[in-house]
Order: sequence, then structure tokens, then C-alpha cells
Amino acid sequence: MSRPLVRIFLDRLVAALIALCVMVAAIPVLVLLLFVVIKGLPGLLTPGFFTDPPHPQGVPGGGVLNAIIGTLEIVGMASLLAVPIGALIGVFLSEYGRNRLGDTVRFISDVLTGLPSIAFGIFGYTVVVLTTHHFSAISASVALAVLMLPVILRATESALMLVPQALREAGLALGAPSWRVTVEIVVPAALGGIVTGALLAIARAAGETAPLLFTAFGNEIVQSNPLQPMGALALTVFRNALSPYQNLQDQAWAAALLLVLLVASANILARLYVRRIQR
Amino acid sequence: MGKGTAERVAPAPLVATSRQRRLISGDDVFRAVAFAAAALILVVAAALPAIARFGLGFFIGRTWDPVRTQFGALSAIYGTAVTSVIGLLIAFPIGLAAALFLAEESGVRLLRGPLSFAIELLAGIPSVVIGLFAFFILTPLMRDDVDPFLNHTLGFLPLFQGSPSGYGYLTAGLVLAIMVLPIMTALSRDVIRAVPRALREASLALGATNAETIWSVILPYARVGITGAALLSLGRALGETIAVTMVIGNRNEISASLFASGYTLPSVIANEFTEAVGNVYLGSLFYLGLVLVLITIAVNVLARLLVWRFTGSEPMAT
Repeated sequence: MSRPLVRIFLDRLVAALIALCVMVAAIPVLVLLLFVVIKGLPGLLTPGFFTDPPHPQGVPGGGVLNAIIGTLEIVGMASLLAVPIGALIGVFLSEYGRNRLGDTVRFISDVLTGLPSIAFGIFGYTVVVLTTHHFSAISASVALAVLMLPVILRATESALMLVPQALREAGLALGAPSWRVTVEIVVPAALGGIVTGALLAIARAAGETAPLLFTAFGNEIVQSNPLQPMGALALTVFRNALSPYQNLQDQAWAAALLLVLLVASANILARLYVRRIQR
Repeated sequence: MGKGTAERVAPAPLVATSRQRRLISGDDVFRAVAFAAAALILVVAAALPAIARFGLGFFIGRTWDPVRTQFGALSAIYGTAVTSVIGLLIAFPIGLAAALFLAEESGVRLLRGPLSFAIELLAGIPSVVIGLFAFFILTPLMRDDVDPFLNHTLGFLPLFQGSPSGYGYLTAGLVLAIMVLPIMTALSRDVIRAVPRALREASLALGATNAETIWSVILPYARVGITGAALLSLGRALGETIAVTMVIGNRNEISASLFASGYTLPSVIANEFTEAVGNVYLGSLFYLGLVLVLITIAVNVLARLLVWRFTGSEPMAT
């Protein structure tokens, strides 16, 4: 007699447990963002934060100009490397990649996606730093470019796959050779997807720290020469957080807020782009 | 261009008549592949001094002494395993429950959008920012409240003995749980959505409650895919570097207590790479890197095979 009651009770219990877990899952992100905003905002609004280089340890004040320039330059160079190559590989996979070579490339790109980010740092170190004998921004860009590659090429491939087959056939029927169909019809039609993939890759690369530790290395001086060690926002957050000085720790929070804003805006831009295309 | 495989996937490819075009893209691909292979060989070459010196004994050696150039990886491997397991133990049930909620067709529709958004947001937060939060907010909380409470209630277990400093395996595991949660949730959601609707409806039509349907229809059917999702999460946890480095305590020791400081494979590399002098020291770090890369590749390949076999498509969440 009591069984239906037990079953109903169990059902409610499971529903409640699931709801509880859902709340627990949502809490960390809210708390984390709250803290980053509250602790980072005062530092972000301090005059000189965007325009001054860091002061020596223990001297109050100073900004993160070196890191802002560094992040922009390192990620910019990485994008210049990764976006064209990644997009080309994506085009290959979608248009000519239904074979053993294509499958191999897909598999390797999946493996790259799963590799820990510090592995890309080791890559940049062995390939560029060891051969040029010193830390440099360009070695960080190379490491980040390899990290970005799988994101861009998979996004490009799926964007190109969504282009209707009829468009390709129409182009061919007009007598265009298949490379012109690819370059002038398929790629422009899929451009939105490619841009989205590039933006997502940039968002991921901008927030990475581990690949920069022994490639860009960090630099307290404002540096724009790609062959020299360079600071980056993520490195500033990491190093300043571990320093014993209160003003540097505050700066770490402010740099973290800036980094989150940067990454979030790239993500939101990508999402808006997707939405515009889907319409 | 294998003709036999050409029809397999929906948009049938063009017949590549332009050999020129094929050469250009093929070249790029080949360059990337060759580059990656070359890099792996370079890493092996760089690790050679350590491999030659320590061989497989590297994996059971517990000393890490740069002064006497004695290196063993056991405590780092132990730390990586312990923190990843803690992270997965926490993230697995929560992520699975959140996925059930997100994939559910009835239920509270109002909450689903914000929750998906929150989890995507969490996936996009840089790991150094999570590390910063853990270092300043989570560590004191663990030291003053959570660890003493665990010690008080479960202190009879060796796991929860010793004096808590806030840094150590437990805090690092908690950080990993936070970082792995979005992946676990997103992948399990896709897997659960791939369970045929008819099965779920048949179960409900037979009079089973929602909970019974989940327990005896959805979960058994999705078991393989969920295992894959958990493995992919594990792969991510194994390689997470910066956030863990900030809270693990960075001590080359093996302790039964979860309150104790330790080391993980990536955090050793992150901490010591720039100060490593000498071929053997640097080689040992490369050796650690090699071990880490091979483990994560193995876990990932296995996971992808499982998820892929289940949903019939590539897991896109990364």
C-alpha cells in the first residue's frame, strides 16, 4: 500500500537533489565574478593603471601598460599565424578531406585540443627559445598559435559544411573550376563561421598563462620588440598575486578583471556574430 | 580522394580536379603534422639526459633534489592523481545532475537559460583568474572553516588528519572541480539529449516516475557516453596548471592527509622550468612533460572514442 507513496517521495527527492546540484553548479561562477569585480574595480579605475609601466616592488602606484601591450601583441601575432593556417586547413578538411589524410588531421587536431596548455609552452620553448637562445614574445605567439589552431580549423570546417551543396553545384554549372567555387562562393558564404571560430580561439589564447611562463617570460619594462621578453596580463595576475605587496595584489585583481572583460567581450562578439548569421 | 568514402558524410565533396589547390592545402596540413611530430621528437631529445640517467626508475623515485641532481616523479604523479580524482568526484555528480536538468524536456524552463549561460561563462574564465580567486578567497576559507570541520567530524580517517594550512591536495581538488564542471555538464547534456525520446516516453507511459526513468532508462542507456564525458573532464583536470600551482603548496612530498601540501606534474614544470640549470635537471622537467602529454593523450583518445561512439558526432565542447 505504501509503495506508491514511497515512489512519489523518491521522485520528489531526486528532483530536489537535482535542483540543489544545479544551484551548487551555478554558485562558483557568480561568487567568483562578484569578487573579481568588487576587488578589481578600484584598481582598474586608479589613474595610471592603463598608462603607466609597473613601479618597482614596494613602491606604490604604477600600472600595467607593459602587460596590456604584451597581451595585445602576443595574441595579435598568434592570430596572424593561426587564423590563415587554421582556416586553410579547415577548407581542406571540408572540401577535400574525406579521406585518410583528412581523418588523420582531424584526429591530430582533437589530440591537440585535449593537450594541457603547459604542453604548448614546452613546445614554444623547444622550438623557438632553445633555437634563438632567449625568451621572446614571438615564441609565446608560436605556442599560442598552435593552441588556437584546432579551434579555428574545426570551426572553419563545420562552417563550410553548412554551405548548401546547391551553391557549389551552381558555381560548377556556370563553368567555374572548383578552386574558384571554393574561394569565391563557399568561403565567403561561410565567413561568419570562420570569424566566430577565430574570435573563440582568440578569447581562449588571451586568457592562457601556462604557455607564456617560459616563452614570453614577462617583462616589467614596456617592450614592443617581438624578439624580446614581454609582459602579459595573465602573467601579471599570476606573479603579482604571489607577491607580498598589497598594491601589487590589488593590481593582480584589477588585471584579472581586465582579462575577464577582454575574454568575455571576444566571446560575446563571437556569439553575436553567430546570432546575426543564423537570422 | 577515395571515391569509396566520398558519399559517407552529408555534403558530398567536390571532385577535386584542381591539383594545384589540393597541393597548397595539403602542404599546409602536412607542415602542421610534421611540425607537431618534430616537436614531440624535440621534447624526447631534450628529455634524453634524464631518460638515460633515471630510466623507468624515474616513476618510482621520490626525491627531487636539484642540488644532487637526483630526480624522481612519484610525488608529482601522486599529487596529480589525487587532485584529479578529488576534482572528478565532486564535479561528476554535480555536473551530471546539472546536465539532467538542462536536457530535461519538462521542468523549470525559466532557469535553464541562465544556468546554461552561467556554465558557459565559467568555461570561459581564464584559469589564472580562478587561481587568483582560489588563492585569496578559497584558501583562507579552507584553512579556517572547511578543513577544521572535516578534521573534527572525519578526523579518524588518515585523509583528514594534520593541521590545515589551506594549501594542499583538497583545495587544489576543489579548484579542479570548479574548472572541470562546465565540461562535464556540457558533454553529459549532449549525451543525455542523444537518448531517444521514444525510450523516455515509453518508460513514462508505463507509469515510471521521472526519477525511475532517469535511473533505469536514461542513465543505463547513456552510460558509455557519460563515461566518456567523465574521462574528457579527467583529461582536463590532469593537465590544469596555473590555478593548481597557486594552491597546491608546491612541496615535493607524498602525504596521506589531504590537507598537506604537494606537487603535481604541471605545477613542477611551471614552477621550476625557468630556474632549471644543467641538462639533467632540465631533461627531468622535459621527462615530466612527456609523461604528462602521453597520459593526457591516452585519456583523451579513449574518451573521444566513447563519446563519439555514443552520440555519433564529435564532442565539440572543449
